[in-house]
Amino acid sequence: MFYRESGDFSETYPADSQTFPIKFDRYRYYAVLVVAFLIIPFIVNDYWANAILVPFLIYAIAAIGLNILVGYCGQVSLGTGGFMAVGAYACYKLMTAFPDVSIMFHIFISGGITAAVVTLFGLPSLRIKGFYLAVATLAAQFFLVWLFNRVAWFYNYSASGQINAPDRAVFGHLVTGPNTDAWAKYMICLVFLTFAGIVARNLTRGSLGRKWSAIRDMDIAAEIIGVNPLSAKLSAFAISGFFIGISGALFFSVYLGAVEVGEAFGIQKSFLVLFMIIIGGLGSVFGSFAGAAFMVLLPVLLKNVLVGGLGWDTALAAHLEFIIVGALIIVFLIAEPHGLAQLWRVAKEKLRLWPFPH
Amino acid sequence: MLPDQFLFGVEVMLNGLMAGVLYALVALGFVLIFKASGIFNYAQGVMALFGALTLVGIMDGQVPFAHLINSIFGTDVHHFGWHVPAFLSILLVMVVMVGLAWCVQHFIFRHLVGQEPIILFMATIGLAYFMEGFGDLMWNSEIKKLDIGIPQGGSMWIEEATSFLGGTNFYGFFIDKLEIVASLVAVVLVIVLVAFAQYTKEGRAMRAVADDHQAALSVGISLSFIWVLVWSLAGFVALVAGIMWGAKSGVQFSLSLIALKALPVLMLGGFTSIPGAIVGGLIVGVGEKIFEFLIGAPFLGGATENWFAYMLALVFLVFRPQGLFGEKIIERV
Repeated sequence: MFYRESGDFSETYPADSQTFPIKFDRYRYYAVLVVAFLIIPFIVNDYWANAILVPFLIYAIAAIGLNILVGYCGQVSLGTGGFMAVGAYACYKLMTAFPDVSIMFHIFISGGITAAVVTLFGLPSLRIKGFYLAVATLAAQFFLVWLFNRVAWFYNYSASGQINAPDRAVFGHLVTGPNTDAWAKYMICLVFLTFAGIVARNLTRGSLGRKWSAIRDMDIAAEIIGVNPLSAKLSAFAISGFFIGISGALFFSVYLGAVEVGEAFGIQKSFLVLFMIIIGGLGSVFGSFAGAAFMVLLPVLLKNVLVGGLGWDTALAAHLEFIIVGALIIVFLIAEPHGLAQLWRVAKEKLRLWPFPH
Repeated sequence: MLPDQFLFGVEVMLNGLMAGVLYALVALGFVLIFKASGIFNYAQGVMALFGALTLVGIMDGQVPFAHLINSIFGTDVHHFGWHVPAFLSILLVMVVMVGLAWCVQHFIFRHLVGQEPIILFMATIGLAYFMEGFGDLMWNSEIKKLDIGIPQGGSMWIEEATSFLGGTNFYGFFIDKLEIVASLVAVVLVIVLVAFAQYTKEGRAMRAVADDHQAALSVGISLSFIWVLVWSLAGFVALVAGIMWGAKSGVQFSLSLIALKALPVLMLGGFTSIPGAIVGGLIVGVGEKIFEFLIGAPFLGGATENWFAYMLALVFLVFRPQGLFGEKIIERV
């Protein structure tokens, strides 16, 4: 009824190639932005920010980054946790070395540093493919965690081996440190996520994104039609690393505040982000959001039901959580291997025809 | 008389070889499944943990799901109060592993035939999560001692027999008896597996499936039977690995992490090669111990074992992308 192209005429080229060609989609997008920027910051409280919204926003950035690499370019990576650690430690070193520079710059620069490191670990992808590459990225995961654990320079020789985020403000409002307001945490993450989403969406539908897709579908064929595998693969690694670095920096400085590298950025984190993009949908920016929301909400929900609702003790609930998460992943893969994004696409196709079946 | 430093190096290498045998054992389970079904089974390590947990549970007569039952019904049960002999319990656990293989095949992978490898891989990660929670729920998550009568501790005989090699500071090679037993078991297991694959009807069918699914189907081999068989074999190998590691360092969550140790072994040896898994295991076992001894501990602050194997495999793969013994990768457009 409302959801269709007909009657919506584009008169200029920019209007013709806009991100959301359907009017309804466009308004929905603006509505989401308005709610996210103008309504939620005024009603958010500490519990919602810390348990759900901030982790969701940060993981969504990481998921977008990983989705560029795995979903669009087809290079499976299991090193996400280690790469997020690079972002976190880069941010920490910058924050402590240049206290007068705004943290916004620090987060961007740590994204850049992570991009460089990820590109370095992406170099073998020119020779190694498929699962061999996936396992090779584990080398990055274990090496980086070990490095941040052992080399005292990275944690400024602190006795505990932890890194702690000092207080930093943006426009006079604290965004890091223990005294930060919930809404400030939420806002800074939201700004970065919006940036990441817009950039990723536009990159993936441009020429670079098409090169990545060509490499993913078959790299030899792509090379024959004139895609340079070196630049395509490494640009995917670099851009993916940039987003993952930003998410790692935010995860450390805004969300956790204090980080022990093996605990916060271990291999579990790599799998968690990979789950997000598989459940959300490979090769879809919306899928990254949906998957991140799903994987953040699920444990909170389970905990509320099992511990809060049924009154079972936490150890038992933790075991059940493992079982349910594992089973849900399997059920999801069997029911819809292309993830939540595919369900969304099917729903939109149906909406377009509704109420007439053909 | 040889210099002490050299002898210590040799001792480190011998211990590395023993550790390598255990890595190879886990890698073997991976290779079996990967060859026959193209599934990269991340859950192999958790299968080892689950096998070992079940073995301890049956031997001690624990009530399965005791914690859950107690929470729901408010009862207080935990043990049946009997002890099952080790041999009988191992047989029972083998039955459980076959049941597990059947369930995995019928409830998961039968529905995922024809999906992309990454999807299958993710499904095994889901399976790993599930089994980790399930094992803990069934037998609770305390660290358990596994004692099925394998001798442990340093072998005095080897220490005394080799002490003449060095000077006054050298008391002979210290080698754990358990690791000797583990190596022997691994050797026997590999021989049995190879004999099974070469000389039995099922083994031939298994190799046919590994070679070409469609051709195997067309001569009347049941794929689902072979897949259950392969998962059972992998479960059996996992059980052996679980018993060895469990006897060495207790049955606990960290046991499932040996899967991560087996991955670089696979990369080195090639995903599709059984000899590759064994040779790769030995190289990784020796390599990481020697590296830690010579470079890691003195210069890099130690604990290099976590990543050395991966780096070795990574560098190696750049020069030989299919691993040592893997099938040559031929790509066509």
